Amino acid sequence: MHIPDGFLSTNVWVGLWVISAGFLSFCVQKTRQILKDKMVPLMGVVSAFIFAAQMLNFPVAGGTSGHLLGGVLAAVLVGPWAGAIVIACVLTVQSLIFQDGGLTALGANIFNMSIVGTIGGYFIYRIITKLIRKDKGVLIGTAVAAWISVVIASSACALELALSKTSPLNLVLPAMAGVHSLIGIGEMLITLLVIGFVLKVRPDLIYKYA
Amino acid sequence: MHKKEIIAGLLAALFLAFFLSPFASSFPDGLERVAEDKGFLEKGEGVLTFPSPVPDYTFPNQSNKGLATSMAGLTGTLIVFGLGYGLATFLKKKEPR
Repeated sequence: MHIPDGFLSTNVWVGLWVISAGFLSFCVQKTRQILKDKMVPLMGVVSAFIFAAQMLNFPVAGGTSGHLLGGVLAAVLVGPWAGAIVIACVLTVQSLIFQDGGLTALGANIFNMSIVGTIGGYFIYRIITKLIRKDKGVLIGTAVAAWISVVIASSACALELALSKTSPLNLVLPAMAGVHSLIGIGEMLITLLVIGFVLKVRPDLIYKYA
Repeated sequence: MHKKEIIAGLLAALFLAFFLSPFASSFPDGLERVAEDKGFLEKGEGVLTFPSPVPDYTFPNQSNKGLATSMAGLTGTLIVFGLGYGLATFLKKKEPR
């Protein structure tokens, strides 16, 4: 759901650049307070994995494809604040080097995927891990949050398209949320696979786990 | 993370980016599909604000499209790894000795 240049009106993309810049500077401050030595290489590896996985589009129904967003995956491993920075890094490289997502729309893409998807997704993950204890909670939380993160990020995208008068909300919101509820199943499976693996071999790498 | 694990993790990402990226689905993604169906896809055409060196994850001037995509995947994965690692090093908390 990388928005290209031209889809958003000037006031919408400028506004979202400002909001995203503010949010990211907050994430930087929070990350400075919590980032431990052992998380440094993990942040590199998680970034690399998410970039690679985002290239691997899988087909969903009706001649459409989707790929991993990775927000919940990042947040479960390095926490929501560093996770949001990881996704913002991936989105910036994709936009500048690979023309995936416009430069004017980068603020909006960071807002949707790294703030709404990653931090919003982590919030849902945290609620579930508080309700269900131990590994079971981590796995169920990961699965549910991963699916929801894609749906809410795509809904935010639809809202921005409607605010930009690109497409009316009553058309674009159900269309975006609908197709991304299918893509979200892929997100759920991939995220669950990776977190399940980490939980088995290096449970200490799960953020604040144990 | 031990050095071995870091290398294994990076190699796994590079493997995905190099060997699997040419086989990724080329169907339009969710947003492109909706843009096409709802008739606003053309709004994004010809309004490029920044000339990317490797547009669409394909190195230009490379006749083998699969290889051009694989190379783009390799390049991007390494750049993002360096960026994530570098940023984390810069942001990390100073631990008392």
